Amino acid sequence: MTGSRGSPTGSKARYGRFGGRYVPETLMEALIRLDEAFTRAMADPAFQQDLSDHLTHYAGRPTPLTFCPNLSRSLGCRIYLKREDLLHGGAHKLNNTLGQALLARSMGKHRIIAETGAGQHGVATAIAGARLGIPVEVYMGETDIHRQALNVSRMRLLGAKVIPVASGTRTLKDAVNEALRDWVERVEDTYYLLGSVVGPHPYPLMVRTFQSVIGEEARRQVLEREGRLPDAILACVGGGSNAIGIFHRFLEDDVRLIGVEAGGEGLATGMHGASLCAGSPGVLHGALSYLLQDEDGQVSETHSIAAGLDYPGVGPELAHLRESGRMEAVSVTDRAAEEAFSLLARTEGIVPALESAHAIAHLVEIAGDLDRDSIVVVNLSGRGDKDVETTVSVPQGTGGSR
Amino acid sequence: MSRIGSAFREAEGPLFIGYTVAGDPDPAASVRIAGTLLDAGADILEMGVPFSDPVADGPVIQRAGIRALRAGTTPAGVFRMVREIREVTDKPIVLLTYYNPVYRRGLSWFYSEAAAAGVDGILVVDLPLEEANHARECAQENGLDQILLAAPTTGDARLARIVDAASGFLYLVSRTGVTGAREDLPEDLRGLIGRVKARGSVPVAVGFGISRPAHVRACAAAGADAVIVGSGIVGLVERHLADPPALQEAICAYIRQMKGAVRAR
Ligand SMILES: Cc1ncc(COP(=O)(O)O)c(C=O)c1O
Repeated sequence: MTGSRGSPTGSKARYGRFGGRYVPETLMEALIRLDEAFTRAMADPAFQQDLSDHLTHYAGRPTPLTFCPNLSRSLGCRIYLKREDLLHGGAHKLNNTLGQALLARSMGKHRIIAETGAGQHGVATAIAGARLGIPVEVYMGETDIHRQALNVSRMRLLGAKVIPVASGTRTLKDAVNEALRDWVERVEDTYYLLGSVVGPHPYPLMVRTFQSVIGEEARRQVLEREGRLPDAILACVGGGSNAIGIFHRFLEDDVRLIGVEAGGEGLATGMHGASLCAGSPGVLHGALSYLLQDEDGQVSETHSIAAGLDYPGVGPELAHLRESGRMEAVSVTDRAAEEAFSLLARTEGIVPALESAHAIAHLVEIAGDLDRDSIVVVNLSGRGDKDVETTVSVPQGTGGSR
Repeated sequence: MSRIGSAFREAEGPLFIGYTVAGDPDPAASVRIAGTLLDAGADILEMGVPFSDPVADGPVIQRAGIRALRAGTTPAGVFRMVREIREVTDKPIVLLTYYNPVYRRGLSWFYSEAAAAGVDGILVVDLPLEEANHARECAQENGLDQILLAAPTTGDARLARIVDAASGFLYLVSRTGVTGAREDLPEDLRGLIGRVKARGSVPVAVGFGISRPAHVRACAAAGADAVIVGSGIVGLVERHLADPPALQEAICAYIRQMKGAVRAR
């Protein structure tokens, strides 16, 4: 099993050949201390209780597992949504930010920094910081600041400082670069709250651990409702935190796990964010994983209509699950995601985040191959209020039509 | 003995290591700039391999990397530049790179091409000791020094292991933070260098933020075996992009001034 203890003080840094700690020396001791603090916290009943109380009474866990009668009828299988859109803040991100912010507090850190793409992780970090009384600064690419303006306002309202990033492609990758540069400078007093299962060890393990609550609940819920495990689980993959969060509890089960990446304008155009489908092994942001890059190892520009998927890397554990054959990786285009966005809104009255709409879009594509009594769970990682502006170009239904 | 080893053995005072981004602003100009650095008195030439996501670099070196990449610089192109420079100098040449360009082309390829081109040492910024075994093997097979980093945040136990594993010289990062010229050096520089010196005899080169003669004097007084100057030089390249003769003059004057401070210890 991945993630088992590798040493008395530290946890295992590798998933197959992927993972590791590829960072400038200045950050090494901080990562080692973070790993120790995380390992201690996991073994500390008081920390666990504190986290559990926050998740239950503040964040709104457990989130529902919602059956979709209309979509099930039209696609011809039994479809459930794991409703992370109903988590406080509007996405799965708060599972991780509460866990890490509690850890930051236990480590005596007085400043939290974060990167954000869609703004959901920034919002979730701002929420956790406000709740625990720790100031938050969020790096966000200028492109994303424009396309996710609602979340920028929310972060500011929550008391966080949003720092625009004008370097590189001005999206998530560059926001991570700037956050890392900040952390290198202020590593002694600052906690870097990474938002996905990427980055150097122990982040992929830590974020997966905090997000695994999604799959723990989903497994229990689907067993209660259906008396059996689902046939397939779908989740969108940016860095991979909502995907591994729902997949992890099912790894030993006979359940298809499907990660859906950002196909952008189509893989052939090169304008996409599908690292697993179209990338190759490489090192970015501290981990060896799959990466979109050229033949000389320069990281490629990416494109996705969903800011949270617009990233050239992916978590090392997902790279390993894909390579070992445990997880399938696919991609859907911007266009298909936009259609799924309005499809779910009109059929079930749920507006998904554009990120999550990718998973719905792939379900639409494979539904024809599924039996009528197949059970499929889609991780609805977030809600789509932030994307309403981006998708106004999508044809809107007229009252009641489907 | 390696070129780097000889340079430190024969040194009478701290060595001056001049850094420039390979391919900035274009390959031909970059070779000329390297030549100017060496002619002006740099004891060791350090060339940065440009990378799309240089997380350890401040804005000046970030912009230089962008110029170099726009001019089409690749690892193979860097090795061609080193070959040209090697024809006119016997001084040590060190490559400073991020790991992905090395990993992507393959460590064996990268290290053997580097050695064949005339490189003496390789420093991989984001390859800490724990991840560096394969790189160190490749360096050894190809007769290269694998230069390691130590930082003010490095604890004693790891520092001892790093000093033990170091070859050529130890690159001591003077402060937490990214590259870039600073007003002041950290106050505890002497203590920092002392911590390294207490654990072994590898030469210590201090870098990050060193841009003024006073910094060089302070490093020398604190016991540094070399100073590394990067953003100060790269900033001159940026300031004189349109005027190569002015750049040459500026680099010569700058290095004379900095070297003067090294000697006056
Ligand atoms: C709603 C939502 N889903 C998914 C993602 C992608 O991240 P990950 O792959 O880590 O779940 C984001 C990122 O911002 C998001 O906001």
